[in-house]
Amino acid sequence: MSNPLPTPGHTIGPFFGYALPYEGDADLVPSARPDAIRLHGTIYDGAGRPIPDALLEIWQTDAEGNVPQAEGSLHRDGWTFTGFGRAACDLNGHYSFTTVLPGPTEEGTAPFFALTVFARGLLDKLQTRIYLPEHPANAGDPLLVSLSEDERATLVATADATGLRFDIHLQGDRETTFLNYG
Amino acid sequence: MTTPETQADISAEIDKIKADAEGLAKEGKPSRQPLLDYPPYRSSALRHPTKDPRHADPETIELWSPCFGHSDVNPLEADLTIGVDSSWNTQFTGEPIGERITVSGRVLDGEGRPVRNQLVEIWQANSAGRYIHKHEQHPAPLDPNFTGVGRCLTDDEGRYRFQTIKPGPYPWGNHLNAWRPAHIHFSLFGRAFTQRLITQMYFPGDPLFALDPIYQSITDQKARDALVATYDHDLSVPEYSMGYNWDIVLTGPSRTWTEPEENDK
Repeated sequence: MSNPLPTPGHTIGPFFGYALPYEGDADLVPSARPDAIRLHGTIYDGAGRPIPDALLEIWQTDAEGNVPQAEGSLHRDGWTFTGFGRAACDLNGHYSFTTVLPGPTEEGTAPFFALTVFARGLLDKLQTRIYLPEHPANAGDPLLVSLSEDERATLVATADATGLRFDIHLQGDRETTFLNYG
Repeated sequence: MTTPETQADISAEIDKIKADAEGLAKEGKPSRQPLLDYPPYRSSALRHPTKDPRHADPETIELWSPCFGHSDVNPLEADLTIGVDSSWNTQFTGEPIGERITVSGRVLDGEGRPVRNQLVEIWQANSAGRYIHKHEQHPAPLDPNFTGVGRCLTDDEGRYRFQTIKPGPYPWGNHLNAWRPAHIHFSLFGRAFTQRLITQMYFPGDPLFALDPIYQSITDQKARDALVATYDHDLSVPEYSMGYNWDIVLTGPSRTWTEPEENDK
């Protein structure tokens, strides 16, 4: 029997705001936790304007590099790390997660946040990775080494006072490098 | 101010792209995914990447998916006609207006295996074609007994089931006299991060299909058909609701399949 054909994606449209965001969606850990960081940034269109109707999701290992398989992302108890977060951008195109730095799944590999981008005007999801700045394992990461310096720069966050900043550009000189896994 | 573009303008663009795509499809494999750069959908102009995505071999975290369970979803959230809010309180005092429907189907992976115990989220307009979203400007009536938001977990066969009312078509600003075919938005998690999917389910025989630049952004007819539910009389409930079946296939690499006995906690 042949495999079933995949269901196509479609744009998230403009009206997800009352449906997909939920209380605590972007807070993978409480901000009072000692190792909590903020991962934030702005998403821009090809004219350099912020996109106010985008929805971002991250999925990550815990600080020790374990893949979380605990439920509870939709009703967070403040103690269980589920690894999943969702953030709707505000009217300035800004998003903000409260989380911890992901650990490497294997010794010597580069940790990253897996990122999915949805937006009105974007006909299907986009996926990519957010790498940690100046992480020693970045130099040997198979994806990062396959990219040009400019492309690589679009996938590495920058450190700021509260954690990490990562801007997303759907088009333009600094167009973010997006990935396919096929 | 420029003259607003008409449906005829948009339809001409749709037809041109379709003819080009059919030419390409004859030479190779037709694409099953929407074109991200699809000018008839005006909002895509500045929001599609101009570079091809780069290939990445999925790493450990990408081969797993977030886990959801009964602490996340109340079974009552699958019934949009009773309106359970995020704190699981019932919000409505009456029943929503509209044609009651049951929408059910299976979530499968690319090898046809069920995606079990995974989150399905839906949202939709009411029967008059109005969303409760605060930026929605279509002056159709709101329904105090309908929010149009639902969630459920798939069962052991990958099956989901929602009780709702049929959404209406609604106008939008893409061009003059633009109307979206009636649809329900679906958000799905697979067995791996790479399988994450947000899409829309349509109803069979909608006269707006040919005119809609979002639906037509998928240039392959078979792929477009995969977004259309089928009327299923066995899902219709006597004296109560009409039934629609819609199966969803998620693709993307995932880790090696293990039997549920080993896989489940």
